[in-house]
Amino acid sequence: MQKEGQIRIPSGCAIAAIIDRKGGRINGSEIIKSIALMHDRSNGLGGGFAAYGIYPDHKEDYAFHVFYETAQARKDCEKFLFKHFNVNISEKIPTKKIAAIENGPDIWRYFANPNKVHMKEARLDEKEYTAQCVIRVNNKIEGAFIFSSGKNMGCFKAVGYPEDVGEFYMLDQYDAYLWTAHGRFPTNTPGWWAGSHPFNLLDWSVVHNGEISSYDTNRRYIEQYGYICTMQTDTEVITYLFDHLIRHHELPIDVAADVLTAPEWDEIDLMDDENKEYFTNIRAVYSGALVNGPFSVILGSNKGLLAINDRLKLRSLTAATKGDRAYFASEESAIRIVCPNPEKVWSVSGAEPVFLSLELEGEDEA
Amino acid sequence: MIRSIPRSFTIVRDRAECTNCGACVRQCANGCHFLSEDKKTVLANSNECVACHRCVCFCPTGALRIEKYICAYRDNANWTPRYQQEICRQAETGSVLLCAMGNPQPYPIYWDKILLNAAQVTNPSIDPLREPMEIRTILGNKPERLQVEKKGKSITKMPPQVILETPLMFSAMSFGSISLNAQKSLAIAAKNMGTLFNTGEGGLHPDLHDYSEYAIVQVASGRFGVHKKYLNESSFIEIKIGQGAKPGIGGHLPGEKVNVEVSQARMIPIGSDAISPAPHHDIYSIEDLRQLIWSLKQATDDKKPVSVKIAAVHNIAAIVSGAARAGADIIVIDGFRGGTGAAPTRIRDNVGIPIELALAAADARLRDEGIRSSISLVAAGSFRCSADVVKAIALGANAVYIASAALIAMGCHMCQTCNTGKCNWGIATQRPELTQRLDPETAHISLENLINAWNHEIKEMMGGMGINSVDSLCGNRLMLRGISMTEKELEILGIKHAGE
Repeated sequence: MQKEGQIRIPSGCAIAAIIDRKGGRINGSEIIKSIALMHDRSNGLGGGFAAYGIYPDHKEDYAFHVFYETAQARKDCEKFLFKHFNVNISEKIPTKKIAAIENGPDIWRYFANPNKVHMKEARLDEKEYTAQCVIRVNNKIEGAFIFSSGKNMGCFKAVGYPEDVGEFYMLDQYDAYLWTAHGRFPTNTPGWWAGSHPFNLLDWSVVHNGEISSYDTNRRYIEQYGYICTMQTDTEVITYLFDHLIRHHELPIDVAADVLTAPEWDEIDLMDDENKEYFTNIRAVYSGALVNGPFSVILGSNKGLLAINDRLKLRSLTAATKGDRAYFASEESAIRIVCPNPEKVWSVSGAEPVFLSLELEGEDEA
Repeated sequence: MIRSIPRSFTIVRDRAECTNCGACVRQCANGCHFLSEDKKTVLANSNECVACHRCVCFCPTGALRIEKYICAYRDNANWTPRYQQEICRQAETGSVLLCAMGNPQPYPIYWDKILLNAAQVTNPSIDPLREPMEIRTILGNKPERLQVEKKGKSITKMPPQVILETPLMFSAMSFGSISLNAQKSLAIAAKNMGTLFNTGEGGLHPDLHDYSEYAIVQVASGRFGVHKKYLNESSFIEIKIGQGAKPGIGGHLPGEKVNVEVSQARMIPIGSDAISPAPHHDIYSIEDLRQLIWSLKQATDDKKPVSVKIAAVHNIAAIVSGAARAGADIIVIDGFRGGTGAAPTRIRDNVGIPIELALAAADARLRDEGIRSSISLVAAGSFRCSADVVKAIALGANAVYIASAALIAMGCHMCQTCNTGKCNWGIATQRPELTQRLDPETAHISLENLINAWNHEIKEMMGGMGINSVDSLCGNRLMLRGISMTEKELEILGIKHAGE
């Protein structure tokens, strides 16, 4: 049977997120509680979390989380990492053995900075260098997969129900100012933990509920720019689209959201001249990045959280706010179980992105 | 000389039904029907019959039918009657065999071996009756990135774009190869349907100047009718390097079709064969193409996109890539099934490759080089139905050209003798008694009906796949599967096999 990545496995799911805009700490048990309520939206074949602000003592280092299927994979990958980066810490990610999570890969974590000599030789800036190294490992080193590569953040994922994955990684021992979570319902047995969500590159993490019918158009568009869609998942291609538009093209995050969820022509035709020109140009220049098909997506980053729905609003996504905190989930009940009395609750609208920035004191741009 | 080639067809008249009204006599420009000596009976001589069905359609009692004339040859899988008869014709005339319309030989048709997807369970299909289904298509050079001041305000100066309300455009059919009435019908339909028609090599007739903003003007190797006004009043300019029906040679308008008007439009003598040179004599290499593109942009103040039309041949991927780097804003690939008003038979039937393979190869190469998103790709070379169009867009085309389909909508019955200039339907002729048979006021409606019908079918198929914008269908190869194809064919098309 083919491994995920050699074959494309569509899936349906549950997503959730909690953010404290001022950087207040949220314990992992809260997000686990939220996603656990939506148990029936998954089938136990994938679950995962992304957490931001969890490594304050290693803020300036890239935190690589890596899956290894074999001992040889680890040897090859470490040889690559130790050459291209200065690795400060290398350790196994602490996990708890539980019945619900069966034999998985070895899971390691490295805190590292790019080796400045190699970076200079490659003539790339730090982010491009790191991104390309991650893509290289994932594409070329058999059995190794870097599933998290951001600073002061990390993804934790496995094959299992998300609440079990949370227990496995002991996420109640982590506090973060932004959590996203995902429970997966794939239509085939993935068998390779890397296919679970969130998908990550640098500090972008994407959790996604839906199936994009424009996948191959998007993949063939983005692969022109150095990305390789190794996992063949929707989440992967969406992550790369955002990385490309925001990091390479320097578009503001709300403009990048407009690219993916651009309004329909009959709406554009009725707009005022300035907006009409803006959206027409977006659709003309970025037609390959338009995402079609049902989706609710939560994009996490060190800048904040972006929640978007497809233009036809074919997937549920509820949002709520209370004080500095905002909550998102595929179902309102999953919000109310951790926040019984929110100040405001609404359904995220199709093609109307919600962007919540992090306002952390004394923090510079990541 | 004794006729050594049996005729092709027999006109069969049911005497019980025939009322001897003489309509068929008046309709047949080939002179097949005639009145007897006493003028009371209609008779037929089938020798010149080309099976255009004009008489069949016009017979008020349905008394006529056309049969294939079977004159049995001894079975020979190698020396088929066709090859034998062609030799006889050449022994008689000493000429190059001439023919019309697209390659009729039984080469594989890949559209018929490609299947489409539909969304089910994991992803819903979209209902085109109740939801917007977008087929608006924008052609032209695109910058790689957009500069914005903020959300809602874009500051990039965009190069000239052409906005179509459908991915279908009318392909090049010159005034000369077809009648003015036929071209006018195409022009009116293009205007009404939010798309474009193509002047072909014959220049733009003065009567069509009202439609010039819907015209794609061709700059072909003969440069017929090319002057500054022609270029500046167009929608976009197309450099015709080649066409799918006859790669490697220039256009051909037989002298019998060059009347006073054609001669004026093309700026050539009446009655002379208009045979365009094989290459453009100022394009002997890729850098020459860049120079011509630049000159055309200069002549039009950079206000018009410039397209390059090439025939699908063996190294198509490299040629397309070169044209893109030479400054083409739009690239048209014309496959070997493309139609023509006149072409040497051997070239039409043996030169060039299928559009399906050429399109797939070119699109993949442009993406490998990271330059696909900056240009628009148009496919041509036999689209017989809307499913062919959907498959072409999924392979990577932004838009497609149709020509034979448009002619059939106007009354063409594919008798494949356009080069004789005796088109009974008034389409591929300049004879006034024939051209008057095609009324643009009714013909344009037939064309609009065709475009409308195909637009709706395209929307149905897209909705079925869970896609509501043609932007998300373009290049979406995972929506296609092949059937009864070799590994190599699947590999070149870049699609999986049905069942995978």
